[in-house]
Amino acid sequence: MLVFFVLGVPIFSSAVMAFTGHRRWASHLNAFLTLGTFSASLVLALEVLRTGPILAWGETFYVDSFNVFLVSLTAFVGFTTALFSGPYMRIEEEKGRVGARILRLYHSAYQIFLFTMLLALLSNNLGILWVSLEGATLATVLLVSLYRTRASIEAAWKYFILCGVGIAQALFGTILLYFAAEKILGSGGTALLWTHLFQIRFQLEPTVLKIAFVFLLVGYGTKVGLVPLHNWLPDAHAEGPTPISAVLSGLLLNVALYALVRGKILVDGALQSNLASHLMIGFGLLSMVVAVFSMIRRKDVKRLFAYSSIEHMGIATFAFGLGGPLATFAALLHMTVHSLTKSSIFFSVGHAAQIAGTQQMEQIRGLMKRVPRLGWGLVLGAFAILGMPPFGVFASEFLVLTMAMKEAAWATPILLLCLAVAFGVIFFRVQNMVLGDASPDRLSHPPALFPVFVHLGLVLLLGVFLPPFLAHWYQQAALFIG
Amino acid sequence: MSPHASNLGIEMVNLLGAFLLLLAFAMLAARRTLSLIRFFAMQGFFLSASIFIVAFLSGETNLYYSALFTFALKVILLPYILKELTLRLDIQRDIETLVNVPVTMILGIGIVVFSFSLAAPISEAASTVTRSLIGVGLACVLLSFLAMITRKKAMTQIIGFLAMENGLLFSATNATYGMPMVVELGIALDVLIGSIIFGIFFFQIRETFESLDLKFFEKLKEE
Amino acid sequence: MIPILFRSLGELFQALLVIFAAPLFLGWINTWRAWLGNRKAAGVLQPYRDLVKLMNKEAVLAYGASPLFRLAPYVVFGSMGLAAGLVPTVSTDLPFGPAADAIALVGIFALARVFMALGAMDIGTPFGDIGARREMMIAFLAEPATMMVLFTASLISHSTSLSTIAETLGTHHFTLYPSLVFATTSFFLIILAENARIPIDNPGTHLELTMIHEAMLLEYSGRHLALMEWGSAVKLLVYFSIGISFFIPWGITPVLSKEEVLKAFVLLFLKLALLGPLLAVLESLLAKLRLFRAPEFLAAAYLLAVIAFLSHFILEV
Repeated sequence: MLVFFVLGVPIFSSAVMAFTGHRRWASHLNAFLTLGTFSASLVLALEVLRTGPILAWGETFYVDSFNVFLVSLTAFVGFTTALFSGPYMRIEEEKGRVGARILRLYHSAYQIFLFTMLLALLSNNLGILWVSLEGATLATVLLVSLYRTRASIEAAWKYFILCGVGIAQALFGTILLYFAAEKILGSGGTALLWTHLFQIRFQLEPTVLKIAFVFLLVGYGTKVGLVPLHNWLPDAHAEGPTPISAVLSGLLLNVALYALVRGKILVDGALQSNLASHLMIGFGLLSMVVAVFSMIRRKDVKRLFAYSSIEHMGIATFAFGLGGPLATFAALLHMTVHSLTKSSIFFSVGHAAQIAGTQQMEQIRGLMKRVPRLGWGLVLGAFAILGMPPFGVFASEFLVLTMAMKEAAWATPILLLCLAVAFGVIFFRVQNMVLGDASPDRLSHPPALFPVFVHLGLVLLLGVFLPPFLAHWYQQAALFIG
Repeated sequence: MSPHASNLGIEMVNLLGAFLLLLAFAMLAARRTLSLIRFFAMQGFFLSASIFIVAFLSGETNLYYSALFTFALKVILLPYILKELTLRLDIQRDIETLVNVPVTMILGIGIVVFSFSLAAPISEAASTVTRSLIGVGLACVLLSFLAMITRKKAMTQIIGFLAMENGLLFSATNATYGMPMVVELGIALDVLIGSIIFGIFFFQIRETFESLDLKFFEKLKEE
Repeated sequence: MIPILFRSLGELFQALLVIFAAPLFLGWINTWRAWLGNRKAAGVLQPYRDLVKLMNKEAVLAYGASPLFRLAPYVVFGSMGLAAGLVPTVSTDLPFGPAADAIALVGIFALARVFMALGAMDIGTPFGDIGARREMMIAFLAEPATMMVLFTASLISHSTSLSTIAETLGTHHFTLYPSLVFATTSFFLIILAENARIPIDNPGTHLELTMIHEAMLLEYSGRHLALMEWGSAVKLLVYFSIGISFFIPWGITPVLSKEEVLKAFVLLFLKLALLGPLLAVLESLLAKLRLFRAPEFLAAAYLLAVIAFLSHFILEV
């Protein structure tokens, strides 16, 4: 029943928004409805905390310690982004960049996107997981081209085609998985159900699983933004409206990584070897290296942080690849804090770009003087994402580094180099943007600073004190991800 | 059913699989948008025929629906929409390729060899009557992928995308007698919505670039 | 046991049959082409009349023609006649069969082609030269495809001997071989290219810029030209016979009994009678390709042959 609420509210909201999305009060209603989703997910989380993993609607949905915090995180970021998108889209509307029809599309598609993300996380069926991830692409592709500029249409097309092609490979992997499981579980519905697959993972045919995992890695890896399949990511982030950049970075990448890790658990069981781990370590490192060196020459601020997302997804993938309870723990923590931090950064950056009237970093100057609180938001966000001590990213990155030193010492210099380069680039860029002389400036509407600081506050909290229930979930999930 | 009849059925499916592969190559070589659409429709037809025969051989009722559904979607609806779009947007001219056709063909042969050798161990583990076709399905998927990356017109990329889905469905049918019905429906829904979005996109691109040729897409080449 | 002499006579008879029926087949195709083009046909016997007319004319030699030029028509015709004897048309019982298999056959065609090209270049006119060069380009692209087709057929029957292939495929209970379907299609494209048919060349015109085969014959006249033309007609029929013996071999008999031979003969006649119009229809529907598209056409043939070859391994083993 709870699952029904978590999924039903966004579906209902998207229908409502399809008709009322252009009204003055639509953004408030949008935020309110996402608050509903968030509350439902919180209750669900409490339920899981109380009783352990839940199966709902027969075996259709499954909530365990691995996906429950992702569900709440998704609903939460969905809610705060809706808060941010209100003022942001209002300003865009006043600039004449979006009209009534487009606003209806925007709000409705936003809710559908949330729905597909939550469905992907909650579904017990790996086939449905695939279907909803593809659905998430479809829901966002028209949002990326929302402004109908040449660049945005090109970015959306690239996003569409690359992710479509990539995810087709994941479908092939899923077919192979089904094929391997069918021989043990028999044909019919159960052979794609996670709960059943998990039980029989040691009996699956190793050769088939090996090939299946490669396809899953290519497919879901495209959505995670792993190099060399990352090309769509910076474009889609830079050209779409900022709330969409925030949810793409904060949610979509996480969910894709979640799908990949589900695959990895099965393959590890069947193979009894480190193939999946080695592949993930390799792709993770490659993504980090390419991403940080690509950051150096970026001029567009959203593009810069999009590359930073690739880097952090690389770190998480790398950590999952290392395996073992601690590294996995670190990876899960990293997914959480990155999601919060990066969306907060996109919130500040979005407003900063609105003030400057451009996304070119060279022309964004003196943010501290213009809108001081926004400047601080950006600075603190940048500190957080760079892994400065009190923030949560520091904790997770520190853990990853320690584990890397223990498990794969050769990789530590590469990790450190990447972190250093990222630090240099982002620090320098952000400094230039926030400092400098400028006269105080006003946006036509007060910027949405509440979500920025809520996120940063949470990241800070996770850095100094990890709530025991969250730590418990992480540990549990880390145990069975292995 | 006599063993001879079932042998003939398997041979028929094999033959249809081979046709599917042939059409994948034909699409790789096609020069006109309309013939590309025709090839796509033919591929859909062979695909649904093969699903139908597999349904008959295996007695899985689900597959009959799947065959029917494939026929409606891939042979009638999508080709019709694509053709309408092509005529309305007036893009039936020659398709330019990035790489010339013979080179693409050679690459294609390489892909076929690769997929066959990749699928060989999988086929050995399969229990279905038509297991040797997994490699064919994979080859179709990768060939469509090749068609997508060597073409620079929006329409060709879409058809490549849809053809890729044909290959996937073919593999699914022959490796496992089809995925569970919920999943198949979900996939079909995605394809359908995807096609609608393509349509919207065509008009957006057309409006903004005054052409559907993606060579105008150069702005985002890394600033 | 049938004495070897009788069997050899049988093979000789087959060769003569192909040689003398070739103009008839060509006439049949031309008749259909005329009908499809809404013209009145000259009659199926027209090629014979042309040959007789040319035979009675004086052969004119260009100034400076070397003996090679005079030799070429005889070599071409001789090779074609030899090929005609090697292909099972009525019976697979060919005593000289083991002497030349499918690969040797390709070699015989190559020999004829080389002489034809040399003869064309011998005079030194630009057209002959161009024709020879184009012919060699087509040939060099078509040959790998031909080889692949032959290999595919021989994979199924485990032999490269034409008689064995025809026998295995003809007597075998009916099986759908995807590889043979592709090989057939590929071979059909090769037939078009090798015999200077549309869409590679147009046998009906002498348009300077596009002609290939005709350009090589421009300097020939009288009996030389007759032999060349006749050789081409034989080549076309031989190619069709190869196709028939590989892909629709039913009826070709392994034993030389009266009824079997008669049946084989009638079936062969029927098959050719149907294939001729098919070729004519295809030629009427297609347009001639630009010369620079010819490599693509032949690449397609090669590709089909390779798919045939590969699908044998994946689907039929």
